[in-house]
Amino acid sequence: MTQTATASPAKWRLKQPSIIPGFGLTLGFSLAYLSLIILIPVAGLLWRTAELGWSGFFSVFADRRTLDALYISFGTAFLAALVNVVFGTILAWVLTRYNFPGRQLVDAMVDLPFALPTAVAGIALASLYAPNGWIGSLFMPFRIAFTPLGIVIALVFIGLPFVVRTVQPIMEEIDREVEEAAATLGANRFQTILRVILPGLTPAILTGFALAFARGVGEYGSVIFIAGNIPYVSEIAPLLIVIRLEEFNYAGATAIATIMLLISFLMLLVINLIQAWSRRRYGNV
Amino acid sequence: MEVTINNIRKEFERFPALNDVSLKIASGELIALLGPSGSGKTTLLRLIAGLDFPTGGQIFFGDEDASHHSVQERNVGFVFQHYALFRHMTVAENIGFGLKVRPSSSRPPKSEIRRRVSDLLDMVQLGGLEKRYPNQLSGGQRQRVALARAMAIEPRILLLDEPFGALDAKVRKELRRWLREFHDRTGHTTVFVTHDQEEALELADRVVVMSQGKIEQVGSADDVYDRPGSPFVFSFIGESSHLPVEVKEKTVFFQGQPIGISEAAAGGGELFFRPEDISLVEAQDALFGKVTACRRLAGTRIAEIDIANDGHAPYHVEVEVPLHAPVALGSEVRFRPTRWKVFENA
Repeated sequence: MTQTATASPAKWRLKQPSIIPGFGLTLGFSLAYLSLIILIPVAGLLWRTAELGWSGFFSVFADRRTLDALYISFGTAFLAALVNVVFGTILAWVLTRYNFPGRQLVDAMVDLPFALPTAVAGIALASLYAPNGWIGSLFMPFRIAFTPLGIVIALVFIGLPFVVRTVQPIMEEIDREVEEAAATLGANRFQTILRVILPGLTPAILTGFALAFARGVGEYGSVIFIAGNIPYVSEIAPLLIVIRLEEFNYAGATAIATIMLLISFLMLLVINLIQAWSRRRYGNV
Repeated sequence: MEVTINNIRKEFERFPALNDVSLKIASGELIALLGPSGSGKTTLLRLIAGLDFPTGGQIFFGDEDASHHSVQERNVGFVFQHYALFRHMTVAENIGFGLKVRPSSSRPPKSEIRRRVSDLLDMVQLGGLEKRYPNQLSGGQRQRVALARAMAIEPRILLLDEPFGALDAKVRKELRRWLREFHDRTGHTTVFVTHDQEEALELADRVVVMSQGKIEQVGSADDVYDRPGSPFVFSFIGESSHLPVEVKEKTVFFQGQPIGISEAAAGGGELFFRPEDISLVEAQDALFGKVTACRRLAGTRIAEIDIANDGHAPYHVEVEVPLHAPVALGSEVRFRPTRWKVFENA
């Protein structure tokens, strides 16, 4: 009797008493912080864009220069992220699986693109790949710098650590025994990697891809030096935003920004859905 | 498949893990490699599987020298302690993996694989769980999936590395009995590694007791328990106590006093006996000491006894005392071993 009496009020209590207190405080802090850092600026962006009205917004969107810039930004970021997924995974593999002199040095070097000011990276890459640069001159008359290919190279440089650093810890966790089990069952190395190891890494690789891609879309500093910034050919969307700002066309700039935001949001949503699917499919990684 | 191991040595960066080990495993036998951690039992199992290669010596599968064959060529079933299931594959995909990775010339058709998988699932009593993923199964079920997966490739021998080590006591006991039945039904030559002596003694036809990279004794459960071949085996298997003794004129002396038992060989040595192999006596020529603790152990009562040692730390022995006549703490008891063994000092 006493038991039911004490148990019943708990039923309609909103907050379940928890062993870890402070839920209200931390959630409140998180929401306030997120509002300050993300929601308010994004709202400001949308509000500024709204000044244009629908027709103004669509005219920015329908502008060939805008479309080409968006196409170049997203296309090069996508390609660079793909390249990074392949080589970043191989690099992570080398770093986790083998012990060789200088391994730690290589490991530290992976983080360089994180730390280096992007403009420095851009200038260095541009002078290397320019038609008269060390590497660029080897490929003449085929031009690397000042074309979309140059943008891809800059974005590969910028995005590499994102893939390596997401894949590496998961790779370190792979149980040696699983590979040995595959070997005792008759699988050769190639089959083991393709059928046993890679499926387990898929969610991490997708995350690395998403991060490298998102970073690539927003990258500015390293790209503008190597891109050549030719409208309709190698002009990226963030640069077009800066150009519009310099023309005091704030609404036009925020409109492009809003479009980028929407596309990025959609692509990240899709990647997240794929990730959720692959987590279900390939287990919790 | 008969397996012969000839003078196998294995060193890990100069650290010897196995030292000149030879063993003959008969076809259809169920053998346990038993020893404390670091005794080399898992190393030996991995050498048989081909997951590691010996520094010296040979391993024969039948008449074929398999020492340098790769793990894929050896066609052995291996079951790991932590199952090592492929977690992104369903139970059925896990079991069928070994068949699916075969080169197309020897790969059975899909329908045949499906049939084999479902047969194996029935054999390990997991019918109906084909579509589950490993993380939806209990530990015991996972280990049975791992066993079915190993059996799917029709291995020449089955190797199990602490197969029940990660399971709780009750499941472990069930699976142990189940594995014995499974072995009797399929007749595969099976080697399993364990540090659990109860498991080894209950399950195996023969037990290989290992210590520090060497085989101490090979024999049936009765052999290693009743006729231990070395001080290590005597103290590792079952409970035992030991005291330093001298043998003169076929009489055993402890601290210069005869203790009423006789032994053929002369010289100094170590007297080993089990708690249950003693009798309490009144006579003067016996071992005696003070009871320091008394504990109930299932159907028996064990008394811990300190035997004075002339100013040094006392010798500590354990003996079984009758349930109905408990001995008082602090009282003196006199006893003689009824079965014992004196190992000469090396």
